[in-house]
Amino acid sequence: MSSLKQQQPAHLLRGIPLAVQQLKKTFGSREVLKNIDLHIPAGQFVAVVGRSGCGKSTLLRLLAGLDKPTAGELLAGSGKLVDAREDTRLMFQEARLLPWKKIIDNVGLGLSGDWRSQALDALEAVGLAERADEWPAALSGGQKQRVALARALIHQPRLLLLDEPLGALDALTRIEMQQLIENLWRKHGFTVLLVTHDVSEAVAIADRVILIEEGRIGLDLLVDLPRPRARGSHRLAALETQVLERVLSLPGTPPEPEPVSPLPTQLRWAN
Amino acid sequence: MSTHASQQFVQRLAPWALPILLLAIWQLSVSAGWLSTRILPAPSAVIAAGVNLVSSGEIWTHLAISGWRAGMGFAIGGGIGLALGFITGLSKWGERLLDSSVQMIRNIPHLALIPLVILWFGIDETAKVFLVALGTLFPIYLNTYHGIRNIDPALVEMSRSYGLSGFSLFWHVILPGAMPSILVGVRFALGFMWLTLIVAETISASSGIGYLAMNAREFLQTDVVVLAIVLYAILGKLADLAARGLERVCLRWHPAYQVTKGGAA
Repeated sequence: MSSLKQQQPAHLLRGIPLAVQQLKKTFGSREVLKNIDLHIPAGQFVAVVGRSGCGKSTLLRLLAGLDKPTAGELLAGSGKLVDAREDTRLMFQEARLLPWKKIIDNVGLGLSGDWRSQALDALEAVGLAERADEWPAALSGGQKQRVALARALIHQPRLLLLDEPLGALDALTRIEMQQLIENLWRKHGFTVLLVTHDVSEAVAIADRVILIEEGRIGLDLLVDLPRPRARGSHRLAALETQVLERVLSLPGTPPEPEPVSPLPTQLRWAN
Repeated sequence: MSTHASQQFVQRLAPWALPILLLAIWQLSVSAGWLSTRILPAPSAVIAAGVNLVSSGEIWTHLAISGWRAGMGFAIGGGIGLALGFITGLSKWGERLLDSSVQMIRNIPHLALIPLVILWFGIDETAKVFLVALGTLFPIYLNTYHGIRNIDPALVEMSRSYGLSGFSLFWHVILPGAMPSILVGVRFALGFMWLTLIVAETISASSGIGYLAMNAREFLQTDVVVLAIVLYAILGKLADLAARGLERVCLRWHPAYQVTKGGAA
C-alpha cells in the first residue's frame, strides 16, 4: 500500500457503483424503508435528505452493514455489497474516537503492519499532522471529526458513508469540513453517500440530492453545477428552495425518534 | 530571599503544624507522667522500639511474611475476580450463570468465615492467604463487570465496523475502556487486603506484624503494639500510592488523571 499523498492509479481510486434493489427494513411492526430502488454510479457524491425519522440513517446503516435488510438486495457493481465491506467506511454523527488511544493510534485502528507513516499522511490530509501524539480529549469537536475522517480515509475506501458527521459542528467549522470532504472526494474519487438534514449543505456539496419521505424516495434531483460552487449563488438557492418546498409540502409526521438505536442489540425495538 | 518565597515555605509547612503539635503534646504528657505508658507509650519510645527491631533484623522477617501473605492473597483473589468479571461482563451466558451466585457469596462478610477457615486450614499460611483472597475478589469482580458493561456501545460498534473483533476488540477497546473502573476495584481491594490481613494475623499467627503486636501485648510492650499499628498504616499508604501510580500510568489519556503543571493531585 502506498501513501495517500502519492497519486494512485485511476482504477484503484474509482468508487464503487452502488445498486439498491427493493430494499425494505422493518423494526417490529414499523416499516421504516419501503421498497427503495436506487442506482448510484461510481464516484458520485450523493446527499440524502429528509425529515428526522424518515429512514435516511437506517438506509446508511444498512449500506454500512450495521443492520440487516428485511428484504431486498444491496449490490456493489456486479457483486454483493457485503463482499466490499473492506472498501466501505462509515463516519458517524459523533467522532467516536477511542479516548485511550493517541490521535495517530486512532487513525491506525484496525490496521496491522507498518501503518504509522500512512497515518501521518492521512492526518496531514486533514490538517492535523502536528497533533498526532495528543490525546483525543485535547481536540475540539471539529478536529475530532477531522481525525475520524482521516481514520476512514486511511483505508482508501471506495465507498464513504457519512451519517450527519457535521451535524454537531458550528457553522464555520461545518463549511471548512464540507470543503475538506469535497476536496478529498475530488482527489480520490470514491463514491460518497452523505446523510444530512441540512438541505443547503446537500445542494452545495453533492452531485445529486435524494429526498426520502416516509421510507420512499420522494425526490431525486441532479445538481448539475460546476465546482467549485459559490456559496449563496442564486442557482444553489433555487435548488434549495425546490427541495425545501417538497419537504414542507407534506404534512409533518408526528415527531418520532429516528429509528436507529445506538445499541448494537437494538433493545429499544425489542417490543 | 524574597518574602514571596518565604510565604510559600510557610504555606507548605502549614498542614504539618497540627500533627507536629499533637505529637509534641503526646510526648510531653507522657514525659510529665500525665499519661501512663501502659495506655500510650511516648512517641520517642515507639521510635526506639522501631530502631531496636530494625537493628536486630527481626522486623524484616515479620514485614516479609506479612507482605507475602498480602501479595499472594491479592494476586489470587484479584486474578479470580478479574477473570470472573471478564466472563460475566463479556458473555450473556456467563452473566446468567455466574452473576447472581457471585453476588450471593459477596453478601457474606468474609471475616465471618474465620472460624470455618481455621477448621479447614488450621492456622497456617493457607488460611490467611485464603481470607485475603476472599476479601479482594469481590471489589475487583464487581468493578471489572461494571466497567465492561459501561463501555460506550457506540465505540464498540465503530470498532467492529473498522474490522476489530475477538481478541483485538477486547485488547484495544474493552480492556482499556473498563480500566478506570477496574482500577477503582484495585484500590478498594488493597484496602480490604490490609484489613483482612490485620484481623487474620491478630487472631492466629506465629509470625507477621499482627503476631508482633499480639505478642507484645502479652508482655505489655505498648511501644511495640503502637509500632505495629504505625507499620500497618505505612503499608496501607504504600499500597494506595502504588494504586495511584498505576492509575497515572494506565489512565494517562483520561482528562481527570492528567498531571497539570503545579497541581499534581
